[in-house]
Amino acid sequence: MTARTQASSYNFAYLDEQTKRMIRRAILKAIAIPGYQVPFASREMPMPYGWGTGGVQVTAAILGPDDVLKVIDQGADDTTNAVSIRKFFERVADVETTTRTVDATIIQTRHRIPETPLREGQVLVYQVPIPEPLRFLEPRETETRKMHALEEYGLMHVKLYEDIARNGHIATTYAYPVKVEGRYVMDPSPTPKFDNPKMHMSEALQLFGAGREKRIYALPPHTEVVSLDFEDHPFEVQRFDKPCALCGGGQVYLDEVVLDDRGGRMFVCSDTDHCESRRAEGLRGELLGEVAQ
Amino acid sequence: MISALIVSDLAKTFKMHLRGGIELPVIADAAFLLRPGQCAVLGGPSGAGKSSILKMLYGNYVANAGQILVRHRGREVDLVRAEPRAILELRRETIGYVSQFLRVVPRVSALDIVAEPLVERGIDRPQATRRAGDLLSRLNLPERLWSLPPATFSGGEQQRVNIARGFITDHPILLLDEPTASLDAVNRSVVIDMIAEKKETGVALLGIFHDADVRGAVADTIIDVTGFAPHRRDA
Amino acid sequence: MIAAAAKIENLDRSSEALPLLSVRSLTRTYGTRIGCADVSFDIWPGEVLAIVGESGSGKTTLLNCISTRLEPTSGTISYRMRDGEMRDLYQLGEAERRHLLRTDWGFVHQNPADGLRMTVSAGANVGERLMAVGQRHYGRLRATATDWLGRVEIDAGRIDDQPRAFSGGMRQRLQIARNLVTAPRLVFMDEPTGGLDVSVQARLLDLLRGLVNDLGLAVIIVTHDLAVARLLSHRMLVMKDGRVVEHGLTDRLLDDPQAPYTQLLVSSILQV
Repeated sequence: MTARTQASSYNFAYLDEQTKRMIRRAILKAIAIPGYQVPFASREMPMPYGWGTGGVQVTAAILGPDDVLKVIDQGADDTTNAVSIRKFFERVADVETTTRTVDATIIQTRHRIPETPLREGQVLVYQVPIPEPLRFLEPRETETRKMHALEEYGLMHVKLYEDIARNGHIATTYAYPVKVEGRYVMDPSPTPKFDNPKMHMSEALQLFGAGREKRIYALPPHTEVVSLDFEDHPFEVQRFDKPCALCGGGQVYLDEVVLDDRGGRMFVCSDTDHCESRRAEGLRGELLGEVAQ
Repeated sequence: MISALIVSDLAKTFKMHLRGGIELPVIADAAFLLRPGQCAVLGGPSGAGKSSILKMLYGNYVANAGQILVRHRGREVDLVRAEPRAILELRRETIGYVSQFLRVVPRVSALDIVAEPLVERGIDRPQATRRAGDLLSRLNLPERLWSLPPATFSGGEQQRVNIARGFITDHPILLLDEPTASLDAVNRSVVIDMIAEKKETGVALLGIFHDADVRGAVADTIIDVTGFAPHRRDA
Repeated sequence: MIAAAAKIENLDRSSEALPLLSVRSLTRTYGTRIGCADVSFDIWPGEVLAIVGESGSGKTTLLNCISTRLEPTSGTISYRMRDGEMRDLYQLGEAERRHLLRTDWGFVHQNPADGLRMTVSAGANVGERLMAVGQRHYGRLRATATDWLGRVEIDAGRIDDQPRAFSGGMRQRLQIARNLVTAPRLVFMDEPTGGLDVSVQARLLDLLRGLVNDLGLAVIIVTHDLAVARLLSHRMLVMKDGRVVEHGLTDRLLDDPQAPYTQLLVSSILQV
């Protein structure tokens, strides 16, 4: 038997239809209550927890034969996790895949939001390791659920307070807590806080799946998403001194890449598609012989 | 003239539950009154129940029968039947008490102990402390002691702190339980002067004084407690 | 002098008003065993009430019932909310109840670890209640925390240390600051000096006494230590086998105890 026929014996998109319905119900509820963590009966997936089982189940539940899927990990389409999830859906759903943000209808992501603004009709699916923003301050799930129900969010500011007390500024740089529609405090998954403003009033639907923790939550399009802060220590995104070394792009999130063992390094776009699109337009950063924009 | 305090049919019996419930009657049918501007002194041998009467008048002992009518906020209140909360109010506003011994509070300075009753009545702390200082210097307590907790003071020094604390307020009724017992002649005469001043401002005082000189100097009337002894009735 | 007179007049008016907390026929049973039975009392603003008795006498059951931590089997507990209305505590919604616990009430546990967040700094421990009610200015939060650390005699230099690094006495003082920062009207204390060295106890008692006076707090304190009751409380409830055997002014109760059990309790105090 070839791998192909083996895969085709699975239902479309791997999960059985009952499971997909169950997940879709959870998704609908999550959309109806933005930022609220909806429990769901997370299934075993053919990959270990921590590799995006939550995101994969959400994607599988919403994927149709006409969808175009993009998968990124830390902004890149070509890392192991992204490649294997993309291959997984190519095999079990036979859907078209892409690396181009603008062409995708569904983008599954780990740790980044694409630089290219998302538009109406697109769905961004986040892989979430720990959905509970209060977890590190209050380990009891019974208690955190009550705290959400009663909007007792003083503890979130305790965490930020501790940050400032220790570092002189809010040192949380990823999984930076947000308040959704003035109601639920939500963990945006371990995306850099640089991406937090992109969640605010996004035209796309944003879905969050946590497989091990069995939770789904959502931000419907045009949802207010505000990063928590203090009046005298307002929320700020990371700034980079230089533009991308490859495409010359500014105001994007950069990764540090070590070039040699003599301390050489460069800063390049974490979003590989964004970087490649710019270079395709002829834009160049300093490493490729700068072409002024 | 309106009486500040009227006692009638007052009785006190101690029931000792740990001694098989034996009863020790100490006071029966006590009756007397206090007038504003006068100092009455409880007389009689020790053990006659002088201190018990004083303590019942302050609500510190339970009275088993009778009435203690106190002029409070323009009306008469029966202290024997008053709720604990009402007694606290009486103590705050109407009845002051100078006990025989100072109950020391750890770590609180002499000056603060004296000022406390004023602070509790809502007078701001600097003013209360100033008046406390005036009283302590009048009673010749060396200023270097003011900021110390009185736990290590001599008996006479503690007694003076106690007197200052009792005299600092303007309660219309003041109960004095041997305030001069451990004082030297100089300070005894200061206390006699202070009692005279209280009388001039219309305060009704009731005291126990063992020292005959002091008693003679302050007493307007002597209330003989032997007349309230229960065994007399039995005889 | 005029200001002082005005203050006394205010006291008068409030004393005519409703009590802050009113307990009626409170009973809590555990199966057939009695936790506490038929307890009734009132407490007014600024009053300190001590509940004393041996272990097993029901005093902690009573405290837990009043502070809404344990549902009574029967009886009512009503509380005068900040808007002046008397409300039955067990008719409040959970959100209202928890809000009350965080703002208008304090609870000082015997073991400070039960009332503190041991892994966040002293400053954040003090500031948490303020942040919970919406204070969002780091500088002001820190100033308030510094002020409160001073009031409970903790060196301001320890503001960023975790209570794990504090001594037992310091932890207890920090717990008190954490509770008082929202200016509660009623504070529950469960053996607040238990487990501390005698010298540390004295300091804590003195501190509590000062704070209670300055802030006009109403306090319900559970203790088996009559000296603590004498020093802090205006009134006392003596409990035995889940029932109140005597209730009255603290000094009256200690100097002229009436009930057989109270006489036993008082006569058992070691004289030093």
